[in-house]
Amino acid sequence: MAVMKFIPEALKNLFKPPVTTSYPFEPAEYPERSRGHIGIDIDDCIGCGMCVRACPLGALKVDKNAGTWEIDRFDCVVCGYCAEKCPKKCLHVIPGYQTPEGEKASALYKKSEEALRLEAEKKAEAARKAAEAKAAMEAKKKAEEAAKTEA
Amino acid sequence: MKKRSIVPYGPQHPVLPEPIHLDLVIEDEKIVEAIPSIGFIHRGLESLTQKRDFNQMVYVAERVCGICSFGHGFGYCEAVEDIMDVEVPDRAKYLRTIWFELSRMHSHFLWLGLLADGFGFENLFYQCWRIREKILDVLELTTGGRVIFSVNKIGGVMKDITPEMAGAVLDMIHSVKKELDRIVPTFMEDYSVVSRLKGVGVLTKQQAHDLGCAGPFARASGIKTDMRKLGYAAYGDLDFDIITSDDGDSYARCYVRINEIYQSINIIRQAVEKLPEGELAAAVKGNPKGESFVRIEQPRGEAIYYVSGNGSPHLDRMRVRTPTFANLAGLCETLKGADYADVGLLILTIDPCISCTER
Ligand code: SF4
Ligand code: SF4
Repeated sequence: MAVMKFIPEALKNLFKPPVTTSYPFEPAEYPERSRGHIGIDIDDCIGCGMCVRACPLGALKVDKNAGTWEIDRFDCVVCGYCAEKCPKKCLHVIPGYQTPEGEKASALYKKSEEALRLEAEKKAEAARKAAEAKAAMEAKKKAEEAAKTEA
Repeated sequence: MKKRSIVPYGPQHPVLPEPIHLDLVIEDEKIVEAIPSIGFIHRGLESLTQKRDFNQMVYVAERVCGICSFGHGFGYCEAVEDIMDVEVPDRAKYLRTIWFELSRMHSHFLWLGLLADGFGFENLFYQCWRIREKILDVLELTTGGRVIFSVNKIGGVMKDITPEMAGAVLDMIHSVKKELDRIVPTFMEDYSVVSRLKGVGVLTKQQAHDLGCAGPFARASGIKTDMRKLGYAAYGDLDFDIITSDDGDSYARCYVRINEIYQSINIIRQAVEKLPEGELAAAVKGNPKGESFVRIEQPRGEAIYYVSGNGSPHLDRMRVRTPTFANLAGLCETLKGADYADVGLLILTIDPCISCTER
């Protein structure tokens, strides 16, 4: 009788602890690779929008000028494609699932003041350099023209 | 003529794991005819090719179905790689094989559990699903997802199995094998279980052939069909036999699937041992132009992927023929003459996946 072999198996369960974790009373443990949610090192983001174009769900929004990165976590399926495509590698797939929310809203990340200031400085610096280069070019041209008329 | 009535069955029904609807024409307690209707969960995934590029479609293909998710992503990638003449590195082929077989194992355990639930053996049901959990844990460890892995990409795979992970896989299959050994006698020998399965829902070899059945359902009717023998991924290098049975009843289907779990364990062991070193993915340039037709063996049977591209990032067409679709005709045949009480069980024995079927 095969069931006779099964009964001890079944009875053993009475004396064993549960095989599942009694979350939320115990913390859930995730392996390192677990695709829980997408995180961003927002200060490294250059606002290139590669992630926005990569996302198959259209869950992302980026505003380069305002320095913001927005994710609709209800749309995101944590496929990790954006993280793979990001040229700055500032997106990460990290363990830990998103907590339930009462309302559908997207999470907005904004660059820190410090990063924005640095970026603005960089921009100003670049603009200054460009202007200088332009002025130099013009001066050169003028000099050339003057030389021509003289000749 | 006896009085006939029509009983609507599904799409919501206590024993049905999937939303299929059947109109059962019954005479007393016997089924005379079963008329299926599907389409409750059509999502139009195939038409998404117009809006998503061929790389993004990997993730769409993967989400055709939860349980055979790996296979769908894999089949789609194979088809696109075929069009683009990409040679997938050997290591990626082996990794794909390992993940594919792991997902076959968890799918078959899921089925065994549902079958036990179908004939009302709750304890056995939980035992099967408890064992399945170990496989899911290993899948989460290696890929980051329990059922949807997102490790395939055109040209190869995205994640590697490190030696420690390979060790965890081997430990897991060792312990799963031991636990499976303990529950197999209940499925195969227990009096009440056997009485629910033996001789129930017989499909002869001829019928299975005529109706174009696929996978374990066809193999249980004695048809030697297994697309893995085509040698895609690493299957060509690995040693395994096609498991068949000649009875064609529910018992034979259970027998075939249980033995396929052992077979998968064997294949995984071989693949882990032979796992070659090397790259994970080949570089892919350009867009697919041309068409391709790929056949692979999903846990539920032969699945077909047709992809056609026009040289732009958006494919012209992506088409999936899933095993359950092929098996529905066989199901209706097995239902003829069955007892009304066996209907739920018989639907389960084809291992239906309606999500795949309706895409
Ligand atoms: S993980 Fe996938 S779905 Fe989520 S934002 Fe990134 S690309 Fe989009
Ligand atoms: S791809 Fe990376 S760097 Fe570019 S916008 Fe997205 S997060 Fe920022």
